[in-house]
Amino acid sequence: MTEKSNITLNINGRNHAIGVEPRRTLADAIREDCGQTGTHIGCEHGVCGACTVIVDGEPVRSCLMFAVQAAGKKIRTVEGLAKGDELHPMQRAFMEHHGLQCGFCTPGFLMLAVGVLEREPDISNEDLLDVLASNLCRCTGYQNIIKAVRAAAAEMRGAR
Amino acid sequence: MKPAPFIHHVPKTIEEALAILAEVAPQDGRVLAGGQSLVPIMAFRMARPAHLVDINEVKGLDKLAVEGGKLVIGARVRHAAFHKNVVDGPLGKLLTYVVRHIAHYPIRMRGTFCGSLAHADPASEWCLVAATLGGEIIAKSKRGERVIAAANFFEGIMSTSLAEDELLAEARLPLLPADAKFGFYEFNRRAGDFAMAAALVTYRVAGGKIADARVGVGGAEDRPRRIPEAEAALNGKAAGDEAFRAAAEAAAKAVDPLEDVQTSGEYRRDLVRAVVRRALEHSA
Ligand SMILES: Cc1cc2nc3c(=O)[nH]c(=O)nc-3n(C[C@H](O)[C@H](O)[C@H](O)COP(=O)(O)OP(=O)(O)OC[C@H]3O[C@@H](n4cnc5c(N)ncnc54)[C@H](O)[C@@H]3O)c2cc1C
Ligand code: FES
Ligand code: FES
Repeated sequence: MTEKSNITLNINGRNHAIGVEPRRTLADAIREDCGQTGTHIGCEHGVCGACTVIVDGEPVRSCLMFAVQAAGKKIRTVEGLAKGDELHPMQRAFMEHHGLQCGFCTPGFLMLAVGVLEREPDISNEDLLDVLASNLCRCTGYQNIIKAVRAAAAEMRGAR
Repeated sequence: MKPAPFIHHVPKTIEEALAILAEVAPQDGRVLAGGQSLVPIMAFRMARPAHLVDINEVKGLDKLAVEGGKLVIGARVRHAAFHKNVVDGPLGKLLTYVVRHIAHYPIRMRGTFCGSLAHADPASEWCLVAATLGGEIIAKSKRGERVIAAANFFEGIMSTSLAEDELLAEARLPLLPADAKFGFYEFNRRAGDFAMAAALVTYRVAGGKIADARVGVGGAEDRPRRIPEAEAALNGKAAGDEAFRAAAEAAAKAVDPLEDVQTSGEYRRDLVRAVVRRALEHSA
């Protein structure tokens, strides 16, 4: 064991003061130390994308960052998408287009899609398809995820 | 799937980073850049560095600028910086085209150009770019600074001529002439995977004939390199199917392909033929 450092993670606007070893991944810290279990962990080596969160406006794999590296940054997870009882357009689109079945991959896809569309609202359909190839889903066959994200992208663009 | 314990160092200046690196390198200390290759390897416990020198907060490593006819890329420049054109002319276009083949969007947000070179995966797109275009690597340590030509930098699978106490501070790529044509093609089984073979070609057309041809192949051998036999098959010929096929054939013949459980050497040789031809076709 190495010594724990005391850090503060700001997740969805709320500060969490935690003590972690440097080797603690951001994904584990979010779930285990901060109790925000909406972020899922699949492969722990960067392949599946289930752990995708938004750090300072960038969608990243939280299993490939150490928690100490995210101290002082603005972290957004799936828990922060809805405004009270009102779902984010991306969440609503996933429901309406059946973009999920078991739901394990869903938090990762939502944060990926929201993260990219906030950075590049006018991204082409072709590039969006390439973005969605970042994450794995074992259930849906992807078509309904693509439909949902395209629908939400149109709505997010309209709301600008 | 959890990394082994390590001590995390967060230097703020290059001098500080080099001092720490000099001290911890003999105790299996390593640089942590984007972490997109190192952290997975640590999760698998294939690497258990005792110290990580995290360069993400080091000032002065985020340079991305043209100096003396070269594009200078600092150690903190992420893959995603190349989603947009960073320099006018063919080099900028080449980089925006190639970057889309590296991993996936969220990985490109963190992974760095220089980290790819230091990691030296034989199939890395940036390693192929550096080797084909004749890039330079600036290595800094407490002992001083040296410039390493890309052709002498890659020594084998994940092995480079960088010493353990050296920081790859920046990479430099020569600009391409305004009339340069380029083509890139890679083959892999799934989007975002490492290439099973990749080719990058550049050339100019002067008086109807190909000149200054560069043909680089990656993912096929233990390191990316230019293939002189393929370049000879292009120079002085008219750009077109005949020359392109001859160059592809020459490249396939010249390589000494890697073999693994899924991919025989002969299959990789076929892939080299295909990727060189397609890269050339895309260039035209
Ligand atoms: C799912 C997945 C798919 C991927 N697909 C591809 C792909 O198709 N093509 C591709 O090229 N890459 C791919 N990668 C790897 C990715 O591009 C990495 O970003 C890159 O290989 C390493 O850069 P990094 O900044 O993340 O380095 P790190 O992971 O931080 O470091 C990698 C190694 O280089 C050393 N190092 C890094 N920077 C320096 C420096 N400045 N000086 C000295 N040593 C240094 C480290 O000590 C370490 O040994 C993939 C990764 C994942 C997780
Ligand atoms: S758990 Fe992070 S990418 Fe799979
Ligand atoms: S809905 Fe089950 S993995 Fe995607």
